[in-house]
Amino acid sequence: MDLYRENVFSVLFIPFLMIPNIRWDETHFGKMGSYYINRTFFFDVHPPLGKMLIGLAGYLSGYNGTFPFQKPGDRYGHHNYIGMRGFCAFLGSCLVPFAYLIVLELSKSLSAALLAASILIFDTGCITLSQYILLDPILMFFLMGAVLSMVKYNSCAVRPFSAPWWFWLSLTGVNLAGAIGVKFVGLFVVLLVGLNTVYDLWELLGDLSLSLVTLGKHLLARVFCLILLPLVLYTAQFAVHFAVLNKSGPGDGFFSSAFQSRLIGNNLHNVSVPEHLAYGSVITMKNLRMAGGYLHSHWHLYPEGVGARQQQVTAYLHKDLNNLWVIKKHDSNTDHLDPSCSVEFVRHGDVIRLEHKETSRNLHSHQHEAPMTRKHFQVTGYGINGTGDANDFWRIEVVGRKSGKRIKVLRSQIRLTHLATGCILGSSGKTLPKWGWEQVEVTCTPYVKETPNALWNVEDHINPKLPNISLDVLKPSFPEILLESHMVMIRGNSGLKPKENEVTSKPWHWPINYQGLRFSGVNETDYRVYLLGNPVVWWLNLVTIGLYLLMATCTIVAIKRGAQLTVEFKELSEVLLHSGGKIMLGWLLHYLPFFMMGRVLYFHHYFPAMLFSSMLTGITWDTLLKFCAGCLSCSMGKRVYTYGMLALMLLIVYSFYLFHPLSYGMVGPMASDPNSPMAGLRWLESWEF
Amino acid sequence: MLGFLKQPVVVTAEINMNLVALTVMGLVNRLWALSYPRAVVFDEVYYGQFVSLYMKRIFFVDDSGPPFGHMLLAFGGYLGGFDGNFLWNRIGAEYSMNVPVWSLRLLPALTGALCVPLAYQILVELHFSHCAAFGAALLILFENSLITQSRLMLLESVLIFFILLAILSYLKFYNLQKCSPFTAGWWFWLLLTGVACSCAVGVKYMGLFTYMLLLAIAGGHSWHLIGDQTLSNVSVLCHLLARGLALVVVPVAMYLSFFYVHLTVLYRSGPHDQIMTSAFQASLEGGLARITQGQPLEVAYGSQITLRNVLGKPVPCWLHSHKNTYPIRYENGRGSSHQQQVTCYPFKDVNNWWIVKDPGMQQLVVSNPPRPVRHGHIVQLVHGITTRYLNTHDVAAPLSPHSQEISCYIDYNISMPAQNLWRVEIVNRESDTDVWKTILSEVRFVHVNTSAVLKLSGASLPEWGYRQLEIIGEKLSKGHHQSMLWNVEEHRYGKSQEQKEREVELHSPTQADISKNLSFMARFTELQWKILTLKNEDTEHKYSSSPLDWITMDTNIAYWFHPISGAQIHLIGNILTWASANVATLVYVCLFLWYLLRRRRKICDIPEDAWRLWVSAGGLCVGGWAVNYLPFFMMEKTLFLYHYLPALTFQILLIPVVLQHLTDHLCRYPGYSTGCPAVLISGDKSSEMMGFLVPAPALILGTLHYVPSVITLPCLAEENYSVNACTGLGKVNCSPV
Repeated sequence: MDLYRENVFSVLFIPFLMIPNIRWDETHFGKMGSYYINRTFFFDVHPPLGKMLIGLAGYLSGYNGTFPFQKPGDRYGHHNYIGMRGFCAFLGSCLVPFAYLIVLELSKSLSAALLAASILIFDTGCITLSQYILLDPILMFFLMGAVLSMVKYNSCAVRPFSAPWWFWLSLTGVNLAGAIGVKFVGLFVVLLVGLNTVYDLWELLGDLSLSLVTLGKHLLARVFCLILLPLVLYTAQFAVHFAVLNKSGPGDGFFSSAFQSRLIGNNLHNVSVPEHLAYGSVITMKNLRMAGGYLHSHWHLYPEGVGARQQQVTAYLHKDLNNLWVIKKHDSNTDHLDPSCSVEFVRHGDVIRLEHKETSRNLHSHQHEAPMTRKHFQVTGYGINGTGDANDFWRIEVVGRKSGKRIKVLRSQIRLTHLATGCILGSSGKTLPKWGWEQVEVTCTPYVKETPNALWNVEDHINPKLPNISLDVLKPSFPEILLESHMVMIRGNSGLKPKENEVTSKPWHWPINYQGLRFSGVNETDYRVYLLGNPVVWWLNLVTIGLYLLMATCTIVAIKRGAQLTVEFKELSEVLLHSGGKIMLGWLLHYLPFFMMGRVLYFHHYFPAMLFSSMLTGITWDTLLKFCAGCLSCSMGKRVYTYGMLALMLLIVYSFYLFHPLSYGMVGPMASDPNSPMAGLRWLESWEF
Repeated sequence: MLGFLKQPVVVTAEINMNLVALTVMGLVNRLWALSYPRAVVFDEVYYGQFVSLYMKRIFFVDDSGPPFGHMLLAFGGYLGGFDGNFLWNRIGAEYSMNVPVWSLRLLPALTGALCVPLAYQILVELHFSHCAAFGAALLILFENSLITQSRLMLLESVLIFFILLAILSYLKFYNLQKCSPFTAGWWFWLLLTGVACSCAVGVKYMGLFTYMLLLAIAGGHSWHLIGDQTLSNVSVLCHLLARGLALVVVPVAMYLSFFYVHLTVLYRSGPHDQIMTSAFQASLEGGLARITQGQPLEVAYGSQITLRNVLGKPVPCWLHSHKNTYPIRYENGRGSSHQQQVTCYPFKDVNNWWIVKDPGMQQLVVSNPPRPVRHGHIVQLVHGITTRYLNTHDVAAPLSPHSQEISCYIDYNISMPAQNLWRVEIVNRESDTDVWKTILSEVRFVHVNTSAVLKLSGASLPEWGYRQLEIIGEKLSKGHHQSMLWNVEEHRYGKSQEQKEREVELHSPTQADISKNLSFMARFTELQWKILTLKNEDTEHKYSSSPLDWITMDTNIAYWFHPISGAQIHLIGNILTWASANVATLVYVCLFLWYLLRRRRKICDIPEDAWRLWVSAGGLCVGGWAVNYLPFFMMEKTLFLYHYLPALTFQILLIPVVLQHLTDHLCRYPGYSTGCPAVLISGDKSSEMMGFLVPAPALILGTLHYVPSVITLPCLAEENYSVNACTGLGKVNCSPV
């Protein structure tokens, strides 16, 4: 009955989704949903499941994938966006019954479960976050699903290998696959389930009544359901992802040349090019590091104070005419494409000159320090119409080949050694500042080390005098694509570094609800939505964590000192230490790792941890009130317990009434104005509404 | 009465010749020909500059770690009478005659030598045989990499010494705990643990790993203590408080004292001043203090000031303006207001001066008495040289189009009125009526019309702005960031000619010595924060390596090379030690897991005592190795082989542990005692009594998994011996396989 009421509550919020403007990150994930519908390949730092589900929801609800999702605040117009938002909101509202069931299962106390669920219902942050087309509601759905099924199978432990036991165990695995499939943050819940399983197995191992064979069965069942099953599902998502996205799109440049040859519409798809490099060929060169760019140059010069004031040479991730280079002999400037000239192939160990096709400058290096990596040499474009100096000469070598061999398109791994200084052309992977258009730095490294940073391959190759061959043989296998896309994602994730002087959200801000995230609307006339947790709820959660630690320490020390507990208290302490401990561990696992991350962090990263913290609040207060009640006389105790719970609930509901405009949108003057509906509610100066 | 005279006065001295021999060998091995080569070797070039600065008492900030290590090196220089005059600029440079090479290198060498007896003692305290202990010491003694590192003016050997000292003193303390808590010796070792930990952390932040390990071990032991129900609640509390005092409070106090000495010794201004805030700089002798001395404290209407950005990143800079205007069109086609540029300039310049003006009055001089500017007051800022007003308006800033442009207002007479009123908000105020103070107040300027905040964006302007830093008006001030805060650095009251005589009078009453206002804690927090956050540019080094290269020793470092003779010094490990240490670690981990799983099934392969020994020794050695090695995988800085040396030391200690365990428990034959030759070697029976217990039935049956083991009994009393022996035997109740 209660559960039903919870559900109704959460569904009530869905009508509030009908705000016809794009909000914040909807530009990203909505766009990616469209890509799935249009089957265009794109690149994102998160695994594909979340966006695939959004795309599916859009597809089923009749969205045709044509809305451009350009900038926050655009109106949807006639496009059918409700399906996608409704899907996210539905998953978001599932969190409430999940929390209810988890806490009920762990504490066996209805009021604890109700308290936890009502915290999630009446938290403005959770509501705001699940109203829009974002990955977070999907992630949190799988995360809570995994925790719920883990808790369920733990309580089936008395009847192992029964049908419900298998059901919940495999459901845990499915949910885990879902959680990592949406965002890598899902790894933390995998860790939680993993630790829980190890503890479980350890207990089983200590049970001498179980034979080794039974133990083996237990182990195998877990390996199968919690490791193999998620892995298979996770891989399957990628298989679907690659099968659906078979058209060339904005993500091509992040991937290797071989990868791109799979995509319809890419210039490497079904293409036939001359196989061997010859003098006079026009080529593009791609760096072999994961997500390495094309060797690029443009008319802009290095600014003053950054090495010599010559033309910039960078690595650029997108395809562009400025990526084209012409191979020339180092000592002559003849036009090899002249029909009278015979074809001469470039061979391993040759000394060559690379001329930039658009600007006719030579690839050049000298002993000036590179712009970012100070210990490397600067690489520039130098000379006029191909006439430069001896610093333009490079020796071209193929890794693992003997001298005199020809150089193959795509397949040869090329190293370019600067003749005068002996350094090697490479891409450092660092992003240049504004003057370099935030392209990637290219340097000449004096440290001869075998890294993909210093290796290149030839991708495009134009030479009308040579016969073309088909390159279908190059198509990579599925494991190769899988590995490559992961490397690219990891690199993309670690590349999201905060810029100098940028104000970023710090993990310690989060639990204290220090600062929210503006979803839309800046000015007084705009319709403003501001992602901020319900401060009363969040501060209650924060206090509860301290309270829990205190209570747990006292209990555990008392037990260790041999205090005699009554049966009632023993049960309470069991709930507090075991169930509370599990949830506390979940909170820690979902919160602490952020302190060690170097990437840009946002406020919404805290929400998975916040779910755990809310459940902990339910369990802790329930235990505390029961404990107080147990100390008092029977009727008195009962009254304390009921009133305590009621007071907490009322507090939560009332604070929600105060703060609900945060998630349902505010119009009118800012909170600093006494006429605003939010006047007097800006309790912290850092809140911006 | 004189009964005591009847007894002869006897002094019994016990000397462990093993220890003496090891120490002597260590000293010879580390100190021999110490001052060769008389040239700068590798990182001496880095530490040397700090030694010189110490000698000259010049303040510096080193982001590589806390100052205790540098201080120790400098102490060596002080003893050798070094005057600090040497240019540390290149590896391989010959030392001049005034550099006392021997005494500079003495301290690292001494600590390196003392690591040898420490290793011996640690194994003894872990209840391993003297034979094993001797082996461990020899391995440390003949480890090339440790020798190389301790013979030069580098900090690793000092760090390893303090780490080992901390471990040893904790073990001594723990062994005393069983029989005589709260005695002098107990207190001594407990406190020494804390002191050694803080010294280790003070030398390099790496020491923190071992400190954490020790805290964890001590925590585990305390937890057992809590469970010990023979102790009263009060005595448990006393035990816990004593540990808290010695392992937390003492190290923190020691750590602070290092900084206290550091800040006291270095009182002169120097090359790193710029990194620190104005208030800090003013507390140093020379530099900013010379300028700011005697300047009025309270900013008043009419004051002439320079404004420094509090953030100090990317470079420290001052609010600046000059005659040039913003270009009418930027490169990307956007337009500007074409008004006078306002930038942030990283050098002192006459154009950095601004005058604080009361919007209601015309005069630019300080009235008498001066009217101080308080929090919330509205002011105009007039540029001193061009007398234009600081202004902002709804025009996009040159590089940050989301923010407003800041300019000095020029009236072009084109319906664009001046908007030059700024509200002064003192962020670190104590009350809302605080006066704006020179250097001390951190101020935010909020534009009255648009509520934009004056901010340093961090980007540098292109050619037309002379690559100075961009200043913007941030409309959406996201919280408080230091780039929005400004403090007055130089300050004088504005005066016209006739006011000159009054000036002298005006100066005297408000004079303040700011260095006295800055407490030690304030200076400590600032310096500590700067050390932790200052990031040197990520440098690639020829000899840098990744942690994976270290275990296999795939890397080395060429420390020094003589250009003529070709003599070289390399940091490279002893391959035998390295390999056997790896094997020992592997064997330990496998055996440990095997025992652990089997014990869970109630199968005891080794007796309880031996298991406990195995766990404690492994926890220390493998744990020490892991905490000193694994964190490097998560670090982004440039790493070198020498970072592995502390971890290696722990790994070396593990070799004899594993060897002894193998000989005692695995390589044995039924009915034949392999025992340990330790009994023969140990010459000091009274300090450590060794029992050799062979339960006969077990040997006769030959099936029991209980084997002869050496039990070391640290307690002297005869009755203790028997009691312990009984408990030792009593533990045989493990069930046979």
